[in-house]
Parts: sequence; C-alpha cells; structure tokens
Amino acid sequence: MSEPAGNHARVYSLEEEREARQSRSAEGRRGDRPRCAALTASGAPCRNYAVDGELCRVHARAGTADGAPVNQPTRRAPGLAAPVGGHDRAADPTVSQPSAPEARTGGQGSQHATGGGAAAQDDHGWRADGGGSEGGPGYGSFRWAEAQLLQRGYGAAVDGLELLRDAADERFLDALRGLVAFLRRRMTGEYDVDEFGFDEDLTTNVLMPLLRPMHRSYWRVTSHGIGHVPSEGGGLLVANHAGTLPADALITRLDVFDLTGRHARELGADLVFRTPFVGELARKTGATLASSDDADRLLAGGELVAVWPEGFKGLGKPWRDRYKLQRFGRGGFVATASRAQVPIIPTAIVGSEEIYPMLFDLRVVARLLGLPYFPVVPQMFALPLLGPFALLPLPSKWIIEYGEPIDTGLLGEELAEDPMALFDLTDQVRERIQQMLYRNLMGRRSVFL
Amino acid sequence: MVEGRRVLVTGIAGQLAGMVAGILEQRDDVLEIVGVDVREPQHDLRRTEFVRADLRNPLVARVLEAAAIDTVLHLSITSQPKAAGGRGLMKEHNVIGTMQLMAACQAAPALRRVVLKSTGAVYGSSHTDPALFREAATPQLAPRQGFGRDASEAEGYVRMLGRRRPDVEVSILRLSNLVGPRLDSAFQSFFSLPVLPTVAGFDPRLQFCHEEDAVAVLAEVAAGAPTGTLNVAGSGVLTLSQAIRLAGRMAVPVPLPFVSGVAAALRRSGRADVAPDQLRMLQFGRVMDTTKLREEFGFQPRYTTREAFEDFLERRRLHGGIDGEEVVRWERELYDFLQRKGQERFLEAQRADEGEHA
Repeated sequence: MSEPAGNHARVYSLEEEREARQSRSAEGRRGDRPRCAALTASGAPCRNYAVDGELCRVHARAGTADGAPVNQPTRRAPGLAAPVGGHDRAADPTVSQPSAPEARTGGQGSQHATGGGAAAQDDHGWRADGGGSEGGPGYGSFRWAEAQLLQRGYGAAVDGLELLRDAADERFLDALRGLVAFLRRRMTGEYDVDEFGFDEDLTTNVLMPLLRPMHRSYWRVTSHGIGHVPSEGGGLLVANHAGTLPADALITRLDVFDLTGRHARELGADLVFRTPFVGELARKTGATLASSDDADRLLAGGELVAVWPEGFKGLGKPWRDRYKLQRFGRGGFVATASRAQVPIIPTAIVGSEEIYPMLFDLRVVARLLGLPYFPVVPQMFALPLLGPFALLPLPSKWIIEYGEPIDTGLLGEELAEDPMALFDLTDQVRERIQQMLYRNLMGRRSVFL
Repeated sequence: MVEGRRVLVTGIAGQLAGMVAGILEQRDDVLEIVGVDVREPQHDLRRTEFVRADLRNPLVARVLEAAAIDTVLHLSITSQPKAAGGRGLMKEHNVIGTMQLMAACQAAPALRRVVLKSTGAVYGSSHTDPALFREAATPQLAPRQGFGRDASEAEGYVRMLGRRRPDVEVSILRLSNLVGPRLDSAFQSFFSLPVLPTVAGFDPRLQFCHEEDAVAVLAEVAAGAPTGTLNVAGSGVLTLSQAIRLAGRMAVPVPLPFVSGVAAALRRSGRADVAPDQLRMLQFGRVMDTTKLREEFGFQPRYTTREAFEDFLERRRLHGGIDGEEVVRWERELYDFLQRKGQERFLEAQRADEGEHA
C-alpha cells in the first residue's frame, strides 16, 4: 500500500485510455484473455476474466475476505483503501491495473488487525492526498451539491444513498464508478466502433444488462450444449426464427455471450437497416446485412456469426404452423460457411413461438405500411383491459439447444460451387434443427413452466 | 519515360490540386507541371505553369500536345454545387468537362497515364449496402443524382479511355470524406454549425481521409504506381454520434420526414451546403474497404479515421462547448469527494468508538 495512487480513486486520462485500448487491440480481442481459475459457488468454473494472473476480480477479493475473517463491515470505512484498486478496474476494465496484486497481498497481510490496518491505510491515503494532489481539493462542486441537497430538504435521499452504500459496501462504489466511467466515455466519444458499427461498450454495458432480466426471469431460458459453440475462431450459428418480433435473436445472442463471453454477430434483413432506431440499434449491437460479402468478412475475421435463415417467413408464420421450420432461404449460409471453412452449429430455440402467437396476418395493413406481415396477436384483445401492458410478450419458458457442429471443412471449399451438395447440406441442417425442436418440445412440461 | 514526367493538373485552383502540385514541384523526376483551371490559383507555386481554360475548351487539347504531356491528373471533379456556381454548372463541368478532357487525352500521342480523383460517393449510400465496399462492388442502388452520379459517369469516360488506348495507364482513386486543416469540405461546414442536425433513428458510420494522405496518394500515383481503381481512406470508422461527441457538440435529431426541409433551409441560409444526395450519407453512411490500398499498393495512410477527424477538429478549432478534459475532471472530483466522504465517516466512527471505550 505504499503507492499513493493505489489509495486514490484513479482517473485515467484520455491519453492513457487510448494507449490502453491500442495495446489491447494489438494483443488481440478479448477472446485470448485468460479466465479465472476459481470455481463458483455452484461448482462451475468461473467465467470472468482473470485480472491478476489467475483469479478474477470477484474471487481475488473473496480470497482476501476468507483470509481475514475479522472483517467488520459496519465499522470499516466503506469502499476505501485496499479495495480501491478493484474499483478502478471495475471503472474501466480495459485498463490493466498495476496495484491489483498489491491490494490482495495487502489484505492478507493485515488479517491480524483488520481495523487497525484499514486505519493505517486510510491515514496514509489522507496524508498522501493532502500533500501530493495537484490543484487543491477539487471536489468542491460535489460538496456544494450535497450541501444544496441537504438544505432543500432532500436529506432523506442523501441518507438513503448512504444506507445503500453501507449495505452494498464496495459493490455500490464499484457500480457507481463503473457508471461514471461509462458516462464519461460516452460523453467524450472515447470508445471504439468496429467497421460494421458494432459498439461493444454500449452493448455489454447497457443493452445486454437491460435484456438480462428477460432472459433470466421472464423467459427463464435454460440452454444446453453450449460446448458445441466454438470458444474461438469462426463459427456459424443457425437457428429457427419465430415469435413475430425477433426476440429469439436477441436472447440467443445474450445466452451465447453469458455462457462463452463471445459476441455472436447477427445477420439481418435489409428492412432492419432501413427502419429508424431499429437499424441504428442493430448496427450498434454488431448485426450486419445478411449478404455474402459481410458474412465472409466476419467469418474471415474469426467471428462467431448467427443467422436465422427462415427470415420473415419464420417470424411471421401463423400459429398453426408453430415449430414447423420454413424454407431455409436459398442456402446462402451453407455456402458462406463452407467458403470460410467454419463449422455450422444448428441451434433450436423452443419458447419463442409462444411470445406473440400470430392469429391472423392483416396483409392489407402490412402492404400499406411496407411491412412483411402485420400480425394480430391474442394480446391485442386485452388492450382495452390492460392498456399498453397487454402488448408485453407472453412469459413462455424457453429452452435453447446448441447442437453438434457440422464440419464444413471436411467437405472442402468447392462445396460453395456445387448447388446440389449445397441444397443437400442445407436440408441436413434444417432437418437437424427440426429434430432438436421436436425433442425439446417433447421434454417440455408446459408452455409456461 | 523514366527521365522525367510532364504533368497536367486540372482544377489547379482547388486546394487539393494546389497541394498535389506543390509536392510534384519538389520531385526531380517531374520536369514540367501545367495547371488548368478557370480561376487563378492562389497557392504559392513556383514551377507550375498556369493555363486559364475551361476543360471543355479545345485549348486543353492543344496544351496536351504542345507540352507533350504524359500524365494527366484530373482533380477538378467537385462536390460543392455552390462553389461551382449551381448544380447545373457543376454537372456540366464534372461530366462534360471529363468527357472532353478524355477525348483530348485520346488524341494526345505522348500520354501514358491518367489519374482521376473520384469519390466514395459512387457507391451511393443505402440500407442494402455491404458493411464495407470493395473496389469491385457494384452498389444495389447506384446514385441516381448529384455528385456520386457525376463521379461514376466521369469514371466511365476515364475507363473508356483506358480501353481505347491500351498504352495509357488509368488510375481511379475513390477518396472518402476528406477532412483537414486547409481543405473545405461538406463536413467542414456541417461541423461549423452551432448544433448539428442528424436524422433521428439513424447513426451512420463515417470514414474520413486526411487531406495529407489524399495528397500523398495522388502524388504517388501520378509519379507512377499501380493502375486500376483504389479506395482511399483512413482505417477504422466513427459513427456520426461519436464524431459529434468527440467534437463536444450537440446533435439535434430531425425526424425523417422533415430532414430535406431542414437541409433546404440550411442551404438557403447559406450556413451549410448539404446537397440532397449527401443527406442519404447522414442516414446510412458509407465505409470503404482499403485493403487494396494497404496491401497491393503498399500505402499506409498516416491518419486513421479517428486521428484525421481529431486533427481536423483541432486545427479548425471546431471543438464545441463540452470539453473532454473537463468531463474527466468532473469524474475525478466525484471520486475525490466520495473518498473523503468515506474517510470522514470512518474517522467519525472511530472517534465514537473511542468515546465508548473511554
């Protein structure tokens, strides 16, 4: 704890961050970063990235807590001293934090007198700060804001926040710092967007967390066979499409990310990119146009690509055709996979059919609006009763199965030039997904449970 | 051919052409530079001879022959209708001018090389575009009007010359959006607006090319490098929203139905010369694949898209009210505040403890 910077809330200047980002992009995408070696409470290997050699941030700290059982959370100054190194990394995971191992060993060293140790560290921080900070106190505006809040009778809010901080301890500050650093990056434009428009910062920090409750609690997605998704290198996920709105694409994408840490790049129809807001979001989450040009480029870059070859035919099929796979486009995805020599991972999604059961298709309205279909779903009849809440998707239970990969490498690149073999393989993939769908439907207890 | 080149530069009064001529003047293997334009160039050029002529004028053909020109650098294709004196004149100059120039070139016996400064606008901009345009890509929706159309027609004439005169090497450089301290561009006037109108619900990907890189590539190609079509741009992309944030400015999203109205109002007020065909750029953006430039041609642009843009902001003093450093300082202040707050509370708790014990 000798390094004063370790005791400080450290803010990375724009230059430092830029450097860190460059060095990161030089050493390769996040795929090659080592994972945490510890086991989680449920016994599964921890999927977080290791920050200091072998452990992730959570386990590094958990180890410290175990080593020092005389932990007095109420009396310790919350979120100060030793854990500060951790906050910094939470605030900006792209920056490697030199004081991290220090924080850990420091914690273990002080196990005989936790309270005293913390006091000494605080003391040190206080003095170092008083002596060496550039430009005076420099937190006046926040002090002022706090005083204003208290003066205007919002004391309860301030107390509430402090209570929350006491209760959540370091996690509160962690979250706060993460949030502030994120806001700063967004305000100053200091983030990277790839050539396809994929904004990883926004996707992992905002959009995916927003979607996660739908995945975990609303549709209670269970998935199996994630081992079939390659952990590195190219791969083509091929799945069934259903449910009027492409929620299955978003959920599968999130599921793959949470289980493997990889972003599956979706291929979307051109209608998506023409639609305001939808197109913008699609690009930012890494989707791109379903064209052989873009797919080849993504696969050549070693990305995991996800495709829903049924397209609108699958999304907008009537209720009576549920779980019956539609035509798989023109098999372009097989040609793409065989050109890039990557495996095809057939994926079956059960549950998405029931979110918006399509009773009728109002073709006239659809044509007027320039849409591929205009669905009438049962929820619409509840509109007068429940108002806009009626339009929520139904909370069906979802099962995602990632099937055994089909290796296109064995078939050779010339497959892409042989339409008969191509159609054959397309059918094979389609058949495989259909079988997986039936199997999972049989195993399902009920639509909603 | 090795001992020296005689170069004709069209549109010499333009900023970019002036810079290219400046570089060519410093090369020993360039014996003679003749600049053609209707306006007198304002640059500080020493060796360049100036011929005041319109490209449609037969005078150009005579110059080509009399000076035994072996390299034509056709840089006069313009994207700004206002500077050209209206859209009609702009098209006349871009398309008919190129047609006449190429006809003159075909008749010039000494000619060995033609370089056309074209633009990424030939790819158009639409929702059916691939993420990156390769040189060979044919757009689904080719530009039907405006600058992109002009440029693709001009490219057609240049390519036709290449077919009719196999001894003439033809190079077409498709430059992306040029930014830089000296060059006036559509983006320069756009980013000079107090608030930046964007199309609501669209965040196009943009790609920039720094003027220095553009000049360097043009000079190199003129001096004899490969032939064919080449995309020229800095690597990487910026989204428009990101560019606006980097500039510390405010965006005002305009709903799609009102976009052309707002653009027309801006045009009329003379604040920004946003042509109707450039509006699609604000909607869908455009990114070109520059692999060929890097790998086949071996040219590494000095500036990435982001660096080009940041340099442009800085040198043009286009930074807006929100300063990046300021935001970082706020963040630091907040952390300092939190830390001290915690320390105070801790000391307080300790004091209370000691009081109890005593």
